Amino acid sequence: MPQLDAKGRHAVAFTLNGRPAAVEVETRTLLTDALRHGLGATGTHVGCEHGVCGACTVSIDGVPARACLTLAVGIEGCAIRTVEGLAPEPGRLGSLQAAFRRHHALQCGFCTAGILVSLDAYLALRPSPSRREITEVVGGHLCRCTGYAPIIEAALEAAAELRGEGPALAPSENAHA
Amino acid sequence: MGIEHTTFVGRSVERVEDAALLSGFGRYIDDLGTRPGTLHAAILRSPHAHADIVGIDIEVARALPGIVAVVTGRDLANITTGLVPAVRAALDARAIAVDRVRYVGEPVAIVVARDRYLAEDGCDLIEAQYRVRTAVVDPVAALAPDAPVLHEGVGSNLVSDRRFRYGDPETAFAESPHSLSVTVRYPRNTGSPMETYGVVATYDPTDDSYDVLANFQGPFSIHAVVARALKVPGNRLRLRTPPDSGGSFGVKQGVAPYAVLIAATARLVGQPVKWIEDRLEHLSASVSATNRVTTLKAAFDGEGRVTVLNWDQVEDCGAYLRAPEPATLYRMHGNLTGAYAIRNVAVRNRVVLTNKTPTGLVRGFGGPQVYYPLERLMQCIARKLGLDPFAVIRRNLIPADAFPYRTATGALYDSGDYQRALDEAARDGELDDLKRRRDAARAEGRLYGIGLTAAVEPSVSNMGYITTVLTAAERAKAGPKNGAQSTATITLDPVGSVTVQVASVPQGQGHRTVLAQVVADVLGIPMGQVRVTTDLDTAKDAWSIASGNYSSRFAAAVAGVAHLAATQLRDKLARIAAAQLNLRPEDLVFADGRIASRTNPDAGLPFGRVAATSHWSPGLVPEDIGSAIRETVFWTPPELTAPDADDLVNSSLCHGFIFDLCGVEIDRVTGKIRIDRYVTMHDCGRVLHPGMVEGQVRGGFAQALGAAVYEELAYGDDGAFLSGTFADYLLPTATEVPDLRILHVESPSPFTPLGAKGVGEGNCMSTPVCLANAVADALGLDAIDLPLTPSKLASLAAGADEPAPPAGHAAPKPPAKPGDRTLRGEGLAQVAAPPETVWAMLLDADLLASVIPGSHGVRKLSDTHFQADVSLGVGPVKGRYKADVTLFDLEAPRTATLTGTVTGSLGSGGGSGRITLEPDGAGGTRVSYVYEAAVGGKVAAVGGRLLDGAARVIIGGFFAALARRAGGPSGRNTGLAGFLRGLLRRLLARLGASA
Repeated sequence: MPQLDAKGRHAVAFTLNGRPAAVEVETRTLLTDALRHGLGATGTHVGCEHGVCGACTVSIDGVPARACLTLAVGIEGCAIRTVEGLAPEPGRLGSLQAAFRRHHALQCGFCTAGILVSLDAYLALRPSPSRREITEVVGGHLCRCTGYAPIIEAALEAAAELRGEGPALAPSENAHA
Repeated sequence: MGIEHTTFVGRSVERVEDAALLSGFGRYIDDLGTRPGTLHAAILRSPHAHADIVGIDIEVARALPGIVAVVTGRDLANITTGLVPAVRAALDARAIAVDRVRYVGEPVAIVVARDRYLAEDGCDLIEAQYRVRTAVVDPVAALAPDAPVLHEGVGSNLVSDRRFRYGDPETAFAESPHSLSVTVRYPRNTGSPMETYGVVATYDPTDDSYDVLANFQGPFSIHAVVARALKVPGNRLRLRTPPDSGGSFGVKQGVAPYAVLIAATARLVGQPVKWIEDRLEHLSASVSATNRVTTLKAAFDGEGRVTVLNWDQVEDCGAYLRAPEPATLYRMHGNLTGAYAIRNVAVRNRVVLTNKTPTGLVRGFGGPQVYYPLERLMQCIARKLGLDPFAVIRRNLIPADAFPYRTATGALYDSGDYQRALDEAARDGELDDLKRRRDAARAEGRLYGIGLTAAVEPSVSNMGYITTVLTAAERAKAGPKNGAQSTATITLDPVGSVTVQVASVPQGQGHRTVLAQVVADVLGIPMGQVRVTTDLDTAKDAWSIASGNYSSRFAAAVAGVAHLAATQLRDKLARIAAAQLNLRPEDLVFADGRIASRTNPDAGLPFGRVAATSHWSPGLVPEDIGSAIRETVFWTPPELTAPDADDLVNSSLCHGFIFDLCGVEIDRVTGKIRIDRYVTMHDCGRVLHPGMVEGQVRGGFAQALGAAVYEELAYGDDGAFLSGTFADYLLPTATEVPDLRILHVESPSPFTPLGAKGVGEGNCMSTPVCLANAVADALGLDAIDLPLTPSKLASLAAGADEPAPPAGHAAPKPPAKPGDRTLRGEGLAQVAAPPETVWAMLLDADLLASVIPGSHGVRKLSDTHFQADVSLGVGPVKGRYKADVTLFDLEAPRTATLTGTVTGSLGSGGGSGRITLEPDGAGGTRVSYVYEAAVGGKVAAVGGRLLDGAARVIIGGFFAALARRAGGPSGRNTGLAGFLRGLLRRLLARLGASA
């Protein structure tokens, strides 16, 4: 990485959810602020800015990271995936997202983006996780609404569906069908 | 009244909110665009719990490029006034300090800049000088005649003292064979929504009006408080809420003072201003639940039947009484007998101010503080009489045939069958099995206990209950206050689709889904044809003082009024359709998107066509209907009357019931709680959406678990705030929350349109004491306070039954005195120079400048008085400080005592130490030192865990540098001291201490 001038502004180029993205930031600009206010990708949320709550979790080259503890200048050339990139196409939900909806695994939805990104990365790595493993992954996030149980159920069900074992699902209660 | 065809209500349909929230399309306050030119604010806050502001030097900050303004309390004094609480006392009630600070985190100045980073830079450059006063932290200590007084105008820290008497308490005490009392110190905690506060404000000088966007949750009675504080009439404060809110749990009521601050700041700078709170600000200075000291005394017969309660409650509202406080104390006033048929009650309620963050709404709101002593009492009665606590609770319950039941203190309990709920919970929760598990565990010498709790969960609060804090005469003078207006507006558009607007401001509770269910069922149309908006704009939407999302009022009141509005609209549409079909309105059925004859389904019209009639063909609308385009209904339940002359108050409309039972095991050595089983039985009336009810119960339980075991907003004896990060204020994660068994019975409320009651707060009321009862049972204790931290339980377990620690484990240390966070240390250094040389070095300013870690220069004001500028780091918190050190008790060249203070924008500290120099017999000096210090401000709030280590590193670093300067450590210094110094250096690097 080139020497950066602390006071200057720097162009950073990377891919965001598969598309090229560029943003101009200060050296001290956090990745959360670059994504949210620089690029308008406001799906990634800021909950604590000290790395505990996990709301800001994004995937950097396939590895989940706290965007609030990441400097934007450090992601030059990286592949960033955020909650906006999880749906297969606009207006459709991916398996994990749909499982969250079926299980009421979110209420206010503020922490949800980070949890989805962590679980998405984990399921890619470990397609057949145990309940214990999922609990540990979700244990890296704070949620104040749900009490976590429906999140764990949703993740386990999504994992099964992604393995091709679905849809062993309860009949959907989707009133919009 | 009810819904004829319930296609949707009562089912766990998928939420209409979720697709957007799961895809990153939520619109929370910080996701919304702002007007061009919007500036960003950061707030400088007090590092002291109690101090006079001597001066605020803003010049350096003001000169930083990008900084637009630095606004102090004095600057805002003319354009704002105080936030008026319910108790009229001579309180300073401003949202920002002017010449005195009264809690750590109190706003002192607002920096407005081009971006947030610059605004925070500006805060670091402000030099505020304080003259520290003695702080008072404990509410009972605050009542002492010699306690420091926060508001001189009041004369003492006691701002309200009321006594109440219901029935004949004196006779009941005299005639009952037994009595017992419990004293509880309920600690502080908060809801900690994952999204913090946010405000975006604009001022229009041409008509003296404010536009404020804030993630405020209500109650909108606070709108009047904010408008008054901004000195404008209500119609010149347009308060808007964003479409989504990242949780609140009551807490976002507390954004109101910041709405005043940011709006007034926008007026001063002449541009829109945006402020998003950070987590340290939120934990230290947003809103806390009240801490309360309660002594509850009861008399009872030999079977544990309670005849009388005597409540003595000392409520700590923090440094200021912020509206709606002291509501936390009075919200439960009608419910002071809980689920029990107790007819004699005496109450003394005192409201006290201390040097802590002002309190406000937090989920449970007064419930945890009441049920903790009440349900501890029931267990203590059973223990004293040698009875089963389940039998004692059951024996005291209000009989099932007594509803609606008027409690001794005035609440009208709408419905319930508490005995049935208890029995079903014991059966389905397998209480007998739990007892066997306890017996088996105890037989093996393990610590296992069972906890039980019965609680009545009030919802839909009476806007008049808070006036119970006033005497009947004061209430008569002010005029009666009562009711709880809820409102819904339903609009039909020109293609016949339906929009519902309510003033409920949800923060994740799925209101849009439930309202779509309710309205779609009434109108017989698909849910997708109903669109709901729940964000509120006080300039355009229907609202009243009870609007907002609090007191678990949604299902009972808001969904109910939406049903009323939909029904009213349906009746109009029925008449329009009837006129066209030549049928009677009462013969029509709304179903499957059609309005058709009950007997001849072919005679009907599509719903959309009838719904659009008033737009396109008003001539077809019967004249006396007017139009059927928009219906707004307000509803306030007649049961919510004002407190009467005898202080009887129906504080809430609905009363759900909870019975919890749990079994816990405590590890004797670590003190860790393992929840073996937790069963929670709820009666919340009619369930509109089972999935959401389960979500409320699980979420409430997790929060209550945190409040019981992990969380505490902790303060030092000097008022320093100690839990400013999520590493200090510990929220439960997925790995801590146990499985939960949820049970239901349904007793519909006769007082609400849909029969529903609130359910969101119950476990916050019942779970802390249920867990505490189990712990008390496990450890055989009479008294136990929260939080049930492992260190506390380990020490109690050890005290109860001194177990020998297993090999390799040290005996658990008794906890330090709460609030005592003195840093104590001692050390030893070898210096290769004689004591006289070292002594001279210690008094040489230039030399000190070169050896003090992070020093930017030392000034010698006298032979024994030094001032220094130093940069110190504690973990991630690095800052520049001014140190002021005085030496006394000098015995050259042997010993000296140092006392000093350190102040900086990140915190302050004070302490003293004693240095002793001894010749080491080889031409060198053995330097030994002991010190005691206390640190406050931001450093204490976020770095508490690191302070001890950091102090050792910094002080050790000083002596290491001194030794080097004196010619290096003496030769025999390769042992422990050398090792320690190496360790210190590594620690230093790890902690990032800038030495």
